[in-house]
Amino acid sequence: MTSLAGASTLRAVVAEVNTPRRILRAILPALSLALVVAGIAWFNPRAISYFGINLMLNLGIPVVLATIAQMFVITVNELDLSIGNFVSFVGCVAAIWLRENPVLGVVILIGCIGLYALMGAVIYLRNVPSIVVTLGMLFVWQGLAVLVLPRPGGKAPAWLHDIMNLRTPYVPFPIVAAVVIAAVVHFGIMQSSYGAILRGSGGNPNAIGRAGWSLLRTKVVMFLLAGIFGVLSGLSLIGLTTSADANIGKGYTLLSIAGVILGGGEFVGGRVSPIGAVIGALTLTLAGTLLNFMRISPDWQVGAEGAILIIVLAARALINRAGPGVLSHK
Amino acid sequence: MNKTPCVAALLAAVTSVALIGSAHADTKSMRIAFSNNYAGNSWRQAMLKSYDIVTKKAVADGIVAAADVFTTADKEVPTQAAQIQNLILQGYNAIVINASSPDALNGAIKQATDAGIVVVSFDGIVTEPSAWRVVVDFKDYGKQEVVQLAKWVKGGNLLEIRGLAGTSIDDAIHSGIAEGVKEHPEFKIVNSVEGDWDQTTAQKAIATVLPSLPEIVGIVDQGGDGYGAAQAFAAAGRKEPTIIMGNRQDELEWWKEQKAKNGYTTWSASIAPGVSTLAFWVAQQILDGHKDIPHDLLVPYLSFDQDNFEAALATIPKGGVASHEYTLEEAKQAIANNLKH
Repeated sequence: MTSLAGASTLRAVVAEVNTPRRILRAILPALSLALVVAGIAWFNPRAISYFGINLMLNLGIPVVLATIAQMFVITVNELDLSIGNFVSFVGCVAAIWLRENPVLGVVILIGCIGLYALMGAVIYLRNVPSIVVTLGMLFVWQGLAVLVLPRPGGKAPAWLHDIMNLRTPYVPFPIVAAVVIAAVVHFGIMQSSYGAILRGSGGNPNAIGRAGWSLLRTKVVMFLLAGIFGVLSGLSLIGLTTSADANIGKGYTLLSIAGVILGGGEFVGGRVSPIGAVIGALTLTLAGTLLNFMRISPDWQVGAEGAILIIVLAARALINRAGPGVLSHK
Repeated sequence: MNKTPCVAALLAAVTSVALIGSAHADTKSMRIAFSNNYAGNSWRQAMLKSYDIVTKKAVADGIVAAADVFTTADKEVPTQAAQIQNLILQGYNAIVINASSPDALNGAIKQATDAGIVVVSFDGIVTEPSAWRVVVDFKDYGKQEVVQLAKWVKGGNLLEIRGLAGTSIDDAIHSGIAEGVKEHPEFKIVNSVEGDWDQTTAQKAIATVLPSLPEIVGIVDQGGDGYGAAQAFAAAGRKEPTIIMGNRQDELEWWKEQKAKNGYTTWSASIAPGVSTLAFWVAQQILDGHKDIPHDLLVPYLSFDQDNFEAALATIPKGGVASHEYTLEEAKQAIANNLKH
């Protein structure tokens, strides 16, 4: 009892030393989201309503899920360049088979998740850079998507469409979904003990390995989770669009990486934030809306989105430099 | 006695003016947005230019309150879906759209029409039933190529240049050509190549098969490929057959040179980029209360013959495509033609 109490006191002291900077870092993604929302409210007040939020954010759900998938991969110091094409392929499978032949559809999707786990194993066992493996898989998914759906079409199963168009009371569905996703992943990765091992295998693989944990297993688990969330992303996207296209999710690769980073994650060191990643993905989704409301010419929109990213990262770098240098790893 | 009909006529005139006035008043406060997924080639540039000319005037004349153009930064489907949702939130009354996918935007289109927004698609059409589609009769275009050819050529071997494989447009024109050949059995298609609607691709493809071809009397194609075909024949030292043209400036220019030299005769047709302006007027007419407009509107393509192509050529910018901007009256006529069917 006493030792436990002592440990918690120590933790409290450490937290206090670290508090201002960590809080600042943690609220930065939320702050950028709040700024974007404020901008939207300023330019188009009627967008801030149940109906408006539903419209603005529902296409954010697949982005959030893809971002979480990317976050799992980034946690173990890897990068998934194929996630966008994977989402497209899942979408094609959902629009073609999940409706006509659900068993086959589910088998294919489970097979895809298995392939993702295999990817993690190959990357660990052969020690090949994930960029190379996932770049190769990018073309595999792209080719498969075109094979499944040579021309745009297909139809989402009705249940998928119904889920994505759920009318939740008081709070719009996209917000409910985002909160649920953030909470589930937060507890799984940030609060559970195996979650700490998973993050640790990105932060200090040697220590985790020496402590007797299988690094192969952590890598496989993380890629498996990425596969699951990639599938969820593809399904939710098709539930919204009702029909597929072999290139439908292509843009999600860069969007998901940007979302993770915007949300406070870092490329190396196992330092990620699920809540931040969800907020980052939503910020990116809403940034496009804000730029549209501001009537910024499309030629500048891509650049403007990049500028938002740079501003947030610059702010983070400033916070990092200003605070005390010790105990920067959570 | 004489006065009564006069008064009646005057009354009729006044009411008709009032009617026209009220028709305009109905859409005066309404805003129409244009959701466009791509602006990167000459056809799309011409499309935007035509749209700009017509809608600027419509806004100035007080027919509609605003006609804004939104082009997506990339060609991605989710980007355009999000754009449509943003347009819904901005309270536009109608959306004219050139879509990135015929099916994958249906979710967003349905949200728009559920919100009471009129959606009119053209060129890149959408299949959502609640939206309107302005479709060019590509099949008839293909058929007319053979029909026109039969006017000056007695018969013989034809070479077909196909468009971009896997697209509905290529499929429609091809089936039209096949139908035309069936009606004119004096023609026989001896070979077909893929030209991708692009003159350099067409030239390369034809140069490859040319040595193995028998005498060719005509080339049926899909536009954008005629000049390349002529170059391929010239390079091989063979006499150019009758090449159906596709309204591009380089094609018509070459035709003009040949006509001056040896009286070369042919026919030219293509979809006019200005069909964007027809889609705009259709949206305006639906907002004006004409709910009876059929959801699938078939519109003619733009064609030129031996007598009028030179006049058109003078108005096409270098490297451009012949276009036609619809006036409100022409749009009404095009709609009326569809009601008759």
